[in-house]
Amino acid sequence: MRHIISILIENESGALSRVAGLFSARGYNIESLTVAPTEDPSLSRMTILTSGSDEVLEQITKQLNKLVDVVKVVDLSEAAHVERELMLIKVRATGKDREEMKRMADIFRGRIIDVTESTFVIELTGASAKLDSFIAALDAGLILETVRTGVCGIGRGDRILKV
Amino acid sequence: MISGAEIVIRCLQEEKVDCVFGYPGGSVLHIYDALFKQDQVKHILVRHEQAAVHAADAYSRSSQRVGVALVTSGPGVTNTVTGIATAYMDSIPMVVITGQVPTQYIGQDAFQECDTVGITRPCVKHNFLVKDVKDLALTIKKAFHIAATGRPGPVVVDIPKDITAQMCEFDYPKTIQMRSYNPVVKGHLGQIKKAVQILQEAKRPIIYTGGGVILSDAAGKLTQLARKLNFPVTNTLMGLGGYPATDRQFVGMLGMHGTFEANNAMHYADVILAVGARFDDRVIGNPEHFSGEKRRVIHIDIDPSSISKRVKVDVPIVGNVGDVVDEMLKLLDSGFKTDPEVADWWKQIEEWRGRESLRYKQENHIMPQYVVEKLYEVTKGEAFVTSDVGQHQMFAAQYYKFDKPRRWINSGGLGTMGVGLPYGMGVLMANPDAQVACITGEASIQMCIQEMSTCKQYGLPVKIINLNNGMLGMVRQWQEMFYSKRYSQSYVTSLPDFVKLAESYGHVGIKIEKPEDVEPALRKAFTEHKDDLVFMDFIIDPAANVFPMVAAGKGLTEMILAEDL
Ligand SMILES: Cc1cc2nc3c(=O)[nH]c(=O)nc-3n(C[C@H](O)[C@H](O)[C@H](O)COP(=O)(O)OP(=O)(O)OC[C@H]3O[C@@H](n4cnc5c(N)ncnc54)[C@H](O)[C@@H]3O)c2cc1C
Ligand SMILES: Cc1ncc(C[n+]2csc(CCOP(=O)(O)OP(=O)(O)O)c2C)c(N)n1
Ligand SMILES: [Mg+2]
Repeated sequence: MRHIISILIENESGALSRVAGLFSARGYNIESLTVAPTEDPSLSRMTILTSGSDEVLEQITKQLNKLVDVVKVVDLSEAAHVERELMLIKVRATGKDREEMKRMADIFRGRIIDVTESTFVIELTGASAKLDSFIAALDAGLILETVRTGVCGIGRGDRILKV
Repeated sequence: MISGAEIVIRCLQEEKVDCVFGYPGGSVLHIYDALFKQDQVKHILVRHEQAAVHAADAYSRSSQRVGVALVTSGPGVTNTVTGIATAYMDSIPMVVITGQVPTQYIGQDAFQECDTVGITRPCVKHNFLVKDVKDLALTIKKAFHIAATGRPGPVVVDIPKDITAQMCEFDYPKTIQMRSYNPVVKGHLGQIKKAVQILQEAKRPIIYTGGGVILSDAAGKLTQLARKLNFPVTNTLMGLGGYPATDRQFVGMLGMHGTFEANNAMHYADVILAVGARFDDRVIGNPEHFSGEKRRVIHIDIDPSSISKRVKVDVPIVGNVGDVVDEMLKLLDSGFKTDPEVADWWKQIEEWRGRESLRYKQENHIMPQYVVEKLYEVTKGEAFVTSDVGQHQMFAAQYYKFDKPRRWINSGGLGTMGVGLPYGMGVLMANPDAQVACITGEASIQMCIQEMSTCKQYGLPVKIINLNNGMLGMVRQWQEMFYSKRYSQSYVTSLPDFVKLAESYGHVGIKIEKPEDVEPALRKAFTEHKDDLVFMDFIIDPAANVFPMVAAGKGLTEMILAEDL
């Protein structure tokens, strides 16, 4: 099962490698990982997209909690939450493709943020599945480059992850 | 203001560290200079950094204090890795202080640079690289705090050389608060009540205890609990001494080389009370076979990740053994009744015990079991026994009856050959008047044999019991049983003359070849040569094997017994 784990961790050098090292040493999956400081610069928030059985997930959260730098861990996917991912995608946009690309970007509520004679860079935010369908909807031959941030997520309503 | 190096020493003094095990080098020269100028912290100069860490580890294991090792950067650090991993696997509190190249050289492949934090990260509880002299004292305080609390473990503090030269005010915090680190101590009362209820209903109970009882210094309380319940008790290899081995309720060690009665009782129990033990693969055998029986499991452990890791637990209790057992005792005081069927269970256990699965025959060759039994008699069961890894380790665990905790010092989780002699040194530094026996094999002892020199320098009278079978016995046993006797690389040829070797280091050496000479040699070593290191080279039956044995992939009750062969 797909799970989104959110972690509050001391913003110390090496903290990321402790988390990444834990996943590789114990053979857990990381499908994506994003990290950046929070409004309190001494803390970072990390979002890890992983998958595994209930037993594996239980071990993942327990092992993460055991890391001395980790302040809090929640499995966001256990309750209502929102998740977003950002993608920048560079596409070939010449001739009649130019109009078509613009139309596709509009349909998916993307924005064109860089334009040259022959290319567009489209910015698209949403659930990962939406980004996947955007890619699928384009002519593969026109995609020059994609970059995705990986999932980040937050609990809905009163579900708050804070120290 | 004092220098960073002096801060390091002052911190050790504040932590009441009376000795450190170490080896100097470029990046720790300032620290060694500060060490030289004081006499509160003694330094034991080992002959290899691995031994420094093993000795510090045994210092911890055999006392309630945190062992400390001090080494230089680069090769000094890489030499410590085996020792750190050994302590980590057995949850031993320890602080390892490592030198690092000066801050401005880090990352430039400087002379004797290595990424200490990176190399040790997977085998420490935590580690630190100190980047500012102002953080030094607080970091060392944190290191001791983290090492000794919660589930204990080794902590590395990496200190660049320039930081040990910089000047700073010294202010050692009395207490420490970390928002990211707050181990649970007290168990959840509701869960404890539930557990007590289940114990009351148990018809075929067993108390299965491990290293957590020793680490939490709760052997006394656990014994009280077990007596009150009148349940059988089994210990893991790491838990020996957590319950008196000479007591009737003790059914022996369980697991791969556990007794017939312990393994059967564990397997067929309807209620398992697991205390500070982690259901290791060497303990439960084939997990599918083990989970074939219906039972309820209560598990007390300070580390939530030990619970339901390998075996599903019905009543998890996260907390310190001592605190949780205290609560249980309180609840039991208010009227606890054992189920009458437990009496039948005891009858069954006595029947299993009647198989005498540890019986062996002492004939022409010296049997290793016999040597351990004689050692037990000669030391009246009071010795600290360290061991290396192999058949001799299992014989020591099976035949030396530990009545007290912290007397059995061995590497269980990592199974590190070479620990025995440095463990003896660490035990003696923490318990200067103790009798210390190191039960080893001719292969293991050679992995840290250079420490005989350290023992000479500091007068550490370890009694080395070399159970010499001329083989990598444990490897040979597997090859004999599972590889049709293809003895690939399990012979040790060109052995040194251990007697002469011991003598050349300035110690006493004795070679023992006949069964009737075993006891006199041991007596001589522990009386006449009480203050000497004595190397006893026992030439034992090379064919002796360890039984019972649960072969890899087999279930706990599918033991091979000596009598089957
Ligand atoms: C050659 C060889 C053969 C072996 N054969 C066997 C065998 O036959 N039988 C056997 O048992 N082992 C055997 N072992 C050892 C085995 O590999 C494991 O090391 C051992 O079984 C683990 O013991 P343990 O479960 O007590 O755990 P430990 O490693 O001692 O772990 C202690 C547990 O207690 C918890 N804990 C720590 N402090 C506290 C506290 N204050 N309060 C509560 N909980 C705490 C920890 O979180 C941990 O879960 C063998 C090893 C070797 C090298
Ligand atoms: C450092 C290390 N290398 C290899 C092993 C694998 N191993 C386990 S027991 C053993 C043989 C030990 O021989 P010896 O010390 O003579 O003890 P014996 O089994 O003969 O009593 C070996 C090689 C190990 N445990 N540790
Ligand atoms: Mg041998």
